[in-house]
Amino acid sequence: MQTNFTPEQLADPRIAEADRILRRCVHCGLCTAVCSTYVVVGDERDSPRGRIYLIKDMFERGRDATREVQHHVDRCLSCLSCMTTCPGGVDYMHLVDHARVHIAETGQRGLKDRLMRRLLAAVVPDPKRFRLALKAAPLGRPFLPIMRRLGLKELAAMLEIAPSTLPPPSRFEGPGTAVPQGERRARVIMLAGCAQQVLRPEINDATIRLLARRGVDVVVANGAGCCGALTHHMGEEEQALTAARRNVDAWTREIERAPVDAIVINASGCGTTVKDYGYMLRLDPAYAEKAKVVSALTKDVTEFVAGYDLGPPKRWSSLRVAYHSACSLQHGQRVTDEPKALLLAAGYTVLDVPEGHICCGSAGTYNIMQPELARELRDRKVKNIKSRKPDVIAAGNIGCIMQIASGTDTPIAHSIELLDWAYGGPVPRGLEALEAFVSDVPQPKRDFKAYISS
Amino acid sequence: MGRAIEAGHDFVQRQSRSSLYDRGRQNRHKNETRMQQKPPDQRACKSRRRGSETMSHIELPAPDSAIVARREAIVADLVALVGAGTVVADEDGRRAFETDALTAYRCMPLAVVLPRTTDEVSRVLRYCYENNVRVVPRGAGTSLCGGALPAEDAIVIGVSKMNRVIEIDYEARFARVEAGITNLAISAAVSERGYFYAPDPSSQLACTLAGNIAMNSGGAHCLKYGVTTNNILGVRMVLITGEVVDIGGAHLDADGYDLLGLVVGSEGQFGIVTEATVRIIRAAEGARPMLIGFGSSEQAGRCVSAIIASGIIPVAIEFMDKPAIDVCESFAHAGYPLDVEALLIVEVEGSEAEIEGFLAQIRDIAAPFGPTHVMISNGPIQSAKIWKGRKSAFGAIGRISDYYCMDGTIPLSRLPQVLTSISAICARHGLKVANIFHAGDGNLHPLILYNANDPAESERAEIAGAEILTLCVEVGGCLTGEHGVGIEKRDLMRVQFSDVDLALQMRIKAAFDPAWLLNPGKVFPLDAAGGGLGQAA
Repeated sequence: MQTNFTPEQLADPRIAEADRILRRCVHCGLCTAVCSTYVVVGDERDSPRGRIYLIKDMFERGRDATREVQHHVDRCLSCLSCMTTCPGGVDYMHLVDHARVHIAETGQRGLKDRLMRRLLAAVVPDPKRFRLALKAAPLGRPFLPIMRRLGLKELAAMLEIAPSTLPPPSRFEGPGTAVPQGERRARVIMLAGCAQQVLRPEINDATIRLLARRGVDVVVANGAGCCGALTHHMGEEEQALTAARRNVDAWTREIERAPVDAIVINASGCGTTVKDYGYMLRLDPAYAEKAKVVSALTKDVTEFVAGYDLGPPKRWSSLRVAYHSACSLQHGQRVTDEPKALLLAAGYTVLDVPEGHICCGSAGTYNIMQPELARELRDRKVKNIKSRKPDVIAAGNIGCIMQIASGTDTPIAHSIELLDWAYGGPVPRGLEALEAFVSDVPQPKRDFKAYISS
Repeated sequence: MGRAIEAGHDFVQRQSRSSLYDRGRQNRHKNETRMQQKPPDQRACKSRRRGSETMSHIELPAPDSAIVARREAIVADLVALVGAGTVVADEDGRRAFETDALTAYRCMPLAVVLPRTTDEVSRVLRYCYENNVRVVPRGAGTSLCGGALPAEDAIVIGVSKMNRVIEIDYEARFARVEAGITNLAISAAVSERGYFYAPDPSSQLACTLAGNIAMNSGGAHCLKYGVTTNNILGVRMVLITGEVVDIGGAHLDADGYDLLGLVVGSEGQFGIVTEATVRIIRAAEGARPMLIGFGSSEQAGRCVSAIIASGIIPVAIEFMDKPAIDVCESFAHAGYPLDVEALLIVEVEGSEAEIEGFLAQIRDIAAPFGPTHVMISNGPIQSAKIWKGRKSAFGAIGRISDYYCMDGTIPLSRLPQVLTSISAICARHGLKVANIFHAGDGNLHPLILYNANDPAESERAEIAGAEILTLCVEVGGCLTGEHGVGIEKRDLMRVQFSDVDLALQMRIKAAFDPAWLLNPGKVFPLDAAGGGLGQAA
């Protein structure tokens, strides 16, 4: 597609990058059909192609973000479904990131919008504050109708999504190293995450157990914290980069201490961002190289585990598992087959969900900032999942888990929790009723070598 | 009807006044003169060759300033008619609709309406009719010929929100759908029972049935199953007056005139189709593509002729030359050979035995043409990749260059000669060309590669394009196989049609739309009957 930038404009690295991305787009429109918002609203402005066009115009004219552009970019989930369909390889992910930064810098947000964003950015990435906020949430619930009447739909959405009870903190909370007994085969760093620790601490526990059982040291680095995805998607570039630098520092120290085989991430939304650190920090000479190393080491937990032979499962079930492919995993990181193959090998019946490429509406804080669209997407997702009549839903991202759980009674768990269960871990929270359908795999009474020698 | 007849008369008079043109040439001179008078810059509407002085410049019709001046009042009326949520009036919003997949041409519309029901379409069209406002219908905006290019004094009516499946009847083998549904969504809706909707334009993932009907779209598999017109049984169309007509039905032939045949391919100039009944077909037991690579395009071309001449009708015969193969392989990883100059994808279907038989036969037919690479798909996953590569070809070209996509159709026997000439034409203009097309039915899609940010090169690309299409007509083919005329091939219509032909077509257009309000400035050369712009108003 033709672009109209002056040489002066192109001197700005952000514009030069946008130009490079835009020149690849031929406006063919294939992305529209797979876009999670376009399939719901059928409006060009809420499609990747439409947004690309609006962003192009905004950058070309070098003007401040208008309310309209802001509105339609805000409505983008960054599910990146467009990117796995785009034949031209248009880097929409980074284009929309640049646009978000520009909008954060020049857009005019109302007071409510600004406060809401600041609140989320201050609370969600900090586990202590987040836990406190969630504990307080039930107190706010009686005021839901009033909030809605006052137009505080985002606040209302937040209270609605907040779980009514909180699980106890993780067994392995805080920095440290889980060292397996017996043979040690690898050493990995695990991102402990932020909101996930509070909402479903069992995911980290299951990850550590599963890995440690296979002889993998799991390090939670001192000083690492939220990956920065949350503020990154709000266009708060500096805050996001601060988080990224902090993690790069923490992990680099670990990498220098002893060889690291992978940085394992069990929340795919975070994984997509950490894999992008190399790009985010490319213009920072002090961090560019280190960030590249970190990104190259980063793997989704299923990606890492798939490289290991987990052996036969300890428990066997014929549970029907609907695998919900998180957008950040399937589109952001292009990890599609590994989780399903692992679940299958662990004895589950794995079901694909129709319209699997469409987002569930979670998308970080999207379900709070855009409650109407998020709800529509959630209901559509739940309907598609239910059409396969699953016993349980598996997903690789905490955001999806919370979002889908809010719309269905079918139990849902992280894929890793299901794997951990099959390989000897405890039953995942919420799946207790299914325990009766899972039986232990009979273990041979003698070592197989004994059979051969006898 | 009275107005339509008047329009026809008026048109004929104009024809006789201006005497008949010497097909094309004289006309191009006229274009030149007018171009020089064109204001050098208009932010609102621009074409790639604004202010240039070449023969093939595509001019956008001058807007009706009175209508443009009334924009705010018109928007207010539209909002009153269908609600604010259905009307896009702000500048940014309209900007997103200013072009389709032919991005060289852009024009901001007066407003955009995205109706949800036939009734809303009817109300808006009636309003436009009564107020003399032009209308540009839009599906998904994937036209490669500028078919959905807006006009400054026109409102765009986009049917993308009207995408429901209304009824599926497997016994009678039809599906009734809203016309804004995407082509592929129709097949998806019936695939569980083993059915599909046959025409499969490469953009089928995104393009709407409404657009397919407007352009009589084809696709790779049309070699066996026919194009859109062969697969549409009936339509519900809103006329410019707001009246709703049902044409055809759920069966193959209808009483009276075959109006359906007229409507399919009418490029949005007869009315807006809001619902359609389409034929769904039971899919064959199996299908398998085969890749045959050649050392030259000519050999591949001769092989295609030989396959067709043998009496076998594969489901598809697709052609790609080296530049196209390289790009598509890097996107789709389908296993296309990278060491051949030309590649045919030949797909056959049927039972396992039939497939084996056909493929063996085709291999024998191809042998005398010296194929350097023959590979049969090893299973459904590879077949899907092979087709993904082919169907994403245009977009994938975006990885290496901007392109200008041609759509000529030629008699198969002339394929080798035309391919050579295309290369020569592009070489003469210093441009590269990638060829990807439906070889089985002679529908060519040469993609002329150019740099859209280089005005001189853009210009050369368009001249080369015109020469290629002229060549197609000269060898006995036609300007457009499936993309439509739109704005892109409008000025080449005289290469193909005599003035008597064009006059007849325009009289038919005027019968449906006497004031020429629907999709203005497209299909017919602007100077024919006042460019077909409101001469009867």
